[in-house]
Amino acid sequence: MRIFDPHVHMSSRTTDDYQAMYDAGVRAVVEPAFWQGQPRTSVGSFVDYFDSLLGWEPFRAAQFGIRHHCTIALNPKEANDPRCADVLEVLPRYLVKDGVVAVGEVGYDSMTPEEDEAFAAQLALAVEFELPVLVHTPHRDKAEGTKRTLDVVRESGIAPELVVVDHLNELTVGMVADSGCWMGFSIYPDTKMDEARMVVLLREHGTARMLVNSAADWGRSDPLKTVKTGRAMLDAGFTADDVDRVLWRNPVEFYGRSGRLELSDVDIDPTAGFQGSSVRRGQG
Amino acid sequence: MSDWKSEALRRIAADPAAIRELFPVVRRRCGAGAAADVRAELLAALPATALAEEVAGLYRYGDPAEKRAVLAALSALPVGDAGLPLVREALRTNDTTLVAAALGPYALARLDPAAYRQAVLKCVFMGIPLAEIGTVRVDGELRGMLRSFADERSAAGRPVPADVVTILAGEA
Repeated sequence: MRIFDPHVHMSSRTTDDYQAMYDAGVRAVVEPAFWQGQPRTSVGSFVDYFDSLLGWEPFRAAQFGIRHHCTIALNPKEANDPRCADVLEVLPRYLVKDGVVAVGEVGYDSMTPEEDEAFAAQLALAVEFELPVLVHTPHRDKAEGTKRTLDVVRESGIAPELVVVDHLNELTVGMVADSGCWMGFSIYPDTKMDEARMVVLLREHGTARMLVNSAADWGRSDPLKTVKTGRAMLDAGFTADDVDRVLWRNPVEFYGRSGRLELSDVDIDPTAGFQGSSVRRGQG
Repeated sequence: MSDWKSEALRRIAADPAAIRELFPVVRRRCGAGAAADVRAELLAALPATALAEEVAGLYRYGDPAEKRAVLAALSALPVGDAGLPLVREALRTNDTTLVAAALGPYALARLDPAAYRQAVLKCVFMGIPLAEIGTVRVDGELRGMLRSFADERSAAGRPVPADVVTILAGEA
């Protein structure tokens, strides 16, 4: 099973996680820019974070044979802090980087006017920089937030096939399926969505435009939820090709629209041990 | 010369700030193989009046490949000591590719001796082969530091890098 986790916050995870992910078949990840638990209070914190997403984290991932890309944005929660909102002016410098495969996470947290403004501005940046967009949907008032999200996406003029609307569940998947946007699902230990429910949704809606992620971060989460969903799919009668489509080909197709995915030298044979030497340097 | 590159060089000569959007996309426009050389050419096209500011900004906002290109170009650019803060920042990282790039001819010529010795020792510590650095200046003090490093490794039952063994073998 080859796995591309299209949404995982590896900066919050340990080297043991990287090893376990590699052993389970994970060969590529996308780390979206988001909040960090502890609120940021300045643009400088964002800039250092973006540097980490483009520099240190890919370096760390490479030591474990995993290709790391990222998305860049001002997240919806911190769009509400005037000390952070100016980061919008810095984003163009980052949206041109080789490792940036989408604008994100953007969207709504509490659906404030400030969030409206940041969301619309960043959809416009995605159009300008010809990048896909990763849209977060709110954890509270999710159905209303998702509906409003789709309205804003429609008004922006961006092509729906360049947008993934994430953290969906049984109540929000239908409207996103109808919109033509991609559907993202974060499989969590307790909240959001679990493997069994995901399998049911894949049966009902098919495997096209479906992205399954672990969204693992600094909270209780599990970076192996992608592979566990793959196993649940096989147990439920899906074929290995279905699993490969959902867990590898779909994220490659979606983020590949950036023209910046670099997977050419990724070792996708899960039986081969990672033997790279040069990237393993620096552990002395 | 590629159309993209000649147009980029023309734009930078006319408006140095244009390098901010051109420098990051070189790899996608010119290919991975040519990227380092093309980035060096773009830096060389900067007028002297804008050089220090743009070089510092490209490093500040650069991804690792851009940062390495800036570090590698420093010795060929008329920046005086203005590149030293970038070299020192790179040497503080744990990214072996940045540390190696920081310790090129520019650092050899301009870094103060104490910082230079620490940088070479850090390379050895991180497992970066000194052959990747090019010319390395080993004075008596650095030799003593490398001897201590080798003793520590041996005490821990860990191997001493071959290039350190070679340097220390030349001691007598």
